[in-house]
Amino acid sequence: MRLYGVVMVGWFRRYATYRMATAAGVFTNTAFGFIMAYTYTALWDERPQLGGYDVSQAVTYVWLGQALLMACALMGGGFEDELIERIRTGDIATDLYRPADLQLWWLACDLGRAFFHLVGRGVIPMAIGAFAFDLTLPGSALTWIAFLVCVVLGLLVSFAIRFLVALSAFWLMDGSGMAQISWLAGMFFSGMLLPLTVFPGTLGEVARALPWSSVLQIPADVFLGKRTGWALAEAYAFQAGWALALLGAGRLLQTAATRRVVLQGG
Amino acid sequence: MPSPEPLAVEPAGRSTATRSVELDAFPTRTRLSTLTDGLRAYGMIAAMWIRSTMTYRASFVMTTVTSFVVTAFDFIAILLMFTHVDALGGYQLGEIAFLYGAAATSFGLADLLVGSTERLGRRVRDGTLDTLLVRPAPVLAQVAADRFALRRLGRITQGLLVLGYGLGTVHVEWTLLNLLMVPMMLVSGALIFAAVFVAGGSFQFWAQDAAEVQNAITYGGNTLLQYPPTVFAKDLVRGVTFVVPLAFVNWLPALAVLDRPYPLDLPHWFAYLPPVVAVLCCWLALLAWRAGLRSYRSTGS
Amino acid sequence: MEAFIELDGVEKVFDVRRRAGLLRREKSQVRAVDGLSFTVARGEMVGYIGPNGAGKSTTIKMLTGILTPSGGRLRVAGIDPARERTRLARRIGVVFGQRTTLWWDLPLKDSYRLMHRMYRIPDQRFRENLERCVELLDLGELLEVPVRQLSLGQRMRGDIAAALLHDPEVLYLDEPTIGLDVISKAKVRDFLRDLNADRGTTVLLTTHDLTDIEQLCRRVMVIDHGRLMYDGALAGLHEVGESERTLIVDLERELPPVVIDLARTVRVEGPRQWLAFPASQSAAPLVSALAARYPVMDLSLREPDIEAVIAKMYAGRSGQ
Repeated sequence: MRLYGVVMVGWFRRYATYRMATAAGVFTNTAFGFIMAYTYTALWDERPQLGGYDVSQAVTYVWLGQALLMACALMGGGFEDELIERIRTGDIATDLYRPADLQLWWLACDLGRAFFHLVGRGVIPMAIGAFAFDLTLPGSALTWIAFLVCVVLGLLVSFAIRFLVALSAFWLMDGSGMAQISWLAGMFFSGMLLPLTVFPGTLGEVARALPWSSVLQIPADVFLGKRTGWALAEAYAFQAGWALALLGAGRLLQTAATRRVVLQGG
Repeated sequence: MPSPEPLAVEPAGRSTATRSVELDAFPTRTRLSTLTDGLRAYGMIAAMWIRSTMTYRASFVMTTVTSFVVTAFDFIAILLMFTHVDALGGYQLGEIAFLYGAAATSFGLADLLVGSTERLGRRVRDGTLDTLLVRPAPVLAQVAADRFALRRLGRITQGLLVLGYGLGTVHVEWTLLNLLMVPMMLVSGALIFAAVFVAGGSFQFWAQDAAEVQNAITYGGNTLLQYPPTVFAKDLVRGVTFVVPLAFVNWLPALAVLDRPYPLDLPHWFAYLPPVVAVLCCWLALLAWRAGLRSYRSTGS
Repeated sequence: MEAFIELDGVEKVFDVRRRAGLLRREKSQVRAVDGLSFTVARGEMVGYIGPNGAGKSTTIKMLTGILTPSGGRLRVAGIDPARERTRLARRIGVVFGQRTTLWWDLPLKDSYRLMHRMYRIPDQRFRENLERCVELLDLGELLEVPVRQLSLGQRMRGDIAAALLHDPEVLYLDEPTIGLDVISKAKVRDFLRDLNADRGTTVLLTTHDLTDIEQLCRRVMVIDHGRLMYDGALAGLHEVGESERTLIVDLERELPPVVIDLARTVRVEGPRQWLAFPASQSAAPLVSALAARYPVMDLSLREPDIEAVIAKMYAGRSGQ
């Protein structure tokens, strides 16, 4: 277990060294936050209480999205590019003979990265957003804690999906194809475009039931105090359920991939 | 007069003495030959990249489709909004599609032509910029053509489709002037975006990791312009009118076509300024590029 | 002889900023090249060596017009590289050892076709030059192969050919044999020797492999801390470095250590003895003196390790 802790800290530090890139990224997240906050304001001005949010909550949703965007690697930039590259070049064979578990190893890497992005790319845009707009911030420490737990569960789901995608490179010649499909699905179904509560009819129901809703929609609802008590427990159960199912699928795929590599003699 | 270094290209084999005399006497000619040399090099390098791309045909198709879909998401979000409302910021769907299509097409063209300048920081970091500096062609042309990505046609196609939808839906009296405004807007808009790309790339001569600042202005600007200006705070509109003049890409000309008032109190003829603004932006971007390259060549990092 | 490359008091100063504390940054200056002066005549083949960070690549970058000197005067073929980079580019060839300029996914010949057009090489010239390179660098089988499938040695040969298609008057090579196998190294060296002899192309070569220099360059320049430490024949470098050659002598039988004026005995192992003498001296008088006084059966001569020579030279200078 200590090993994975060290790996996680290592990846946190690795991203922390790119100060200029982080500053530039904060600038980008802030710029997009402003633009989207105005478009949401226009939308909610026309239809107050759309999707169960008032204007302030809708704008808060925008800034949460910008704060979580990098951490959950919705637009790429996670560990998966590196893993796909290792599979493509065959370096993966050496990883499989390591005493560390492949999935846990990469999970530690990705969490290290995600925690850095949460702090480095999340906090400042959120603070600027709170300064420039009237945001709905949690009133109690408990809500903050509930939100952070929710975010970590969302990160697990996000990792689990990307791990599956990366492993598909064992069977598909060009792993980037799968990565792109998953990227598109993530963009659309996470609620990054618009809150999933605004998606109409069946599309909305489907979107809210898919794993990607764990990444932004559910944490945002917890943050906005829409889910407390039983509803909060339900949210956790939903996220944990998807995380377990997808991580489990990852394990199966990993076993199959290992067998494949061993059969091919590395 | 110091020669406009990164741009100056002269036929080989002339003595230094004659050349410097000529440079002073015919600066315009030199600039013109630089331009043609740059375009020529750009064409050759882009063609090589297209051929490289075509060696992975399946991957090319895949990334082009992805580019189309992901850019279309922006419009799908607007369509989803319009399942709840009839107007946004006082604008109908067709009008927004017109704004959106114009911005997306201009941006797509600029991205296709010079979008690769966003990779400059990487080239500086890994030292491969040096291999471009020993070639007899303008560096800007080589950097802009680097990894020329035909998949970006996906974005342009998407923009043109939405523009077509917008043009077919809005109620505009298509006078000759209004008809001419559309291509003028697309070309000027592409040049303005291209200038922003190049200026952002130049910035990476000093700050190699700052590609995202460029993204905020280019991609962010594109997203901004897809919505009507009435949606945004006046200060933001002032900023993109007078500081980074993105408003000339589509807002000012398109609002004139739609016969809508611009949120800022500007004279009517501002709507016809995009070509002037575009040329001015390109000139400033070239100055920034030259300053950046000069700085790189004196510091080497 | 006509001076083709001229440097007169050339300097290159870099500002280096480093973090001092959380936000404060300290600015300091590094003199990568410090008052460098030398000339290279047309048709010379010069080895340019020195430890890492000595200023070798900075010099090459100034000679090719990539970097602007901070001071001094620099001319290549009468051109100021910093001011007329693109004009100079047509007259020089550059090979960066570890950065290929070939097109990764395309057949090798496509890269050459681009050179043909970019450098506006007349068709006839291009065909002749390509044929020559293909023959001498053994590229015939490789022209249709995508560059990504070439071995390191094949790629280097491909890169050298790409740098020569426009008939450059001077060729700069940065570590041209790094990472190559013995056969590829030999091919590259043979080619460069022919190029210099037949075409009179001026060659400036930086390398870590001193065999390159021993086999190719009559003249060698050593740079350290941005200054020229030595400029002259390879043999003279030995003198400066006070290096010694070793004569290995097999005597008829075991004898006490040989005593002779011209050399000193450094090692004895049975009938075999090792005699060290200054590298600048000829071995002939020593051999004849030895043969006159001792029962010599066999002799062999070992050249000094040039890397050690340079190291010794550095040690000598920095100790001052």
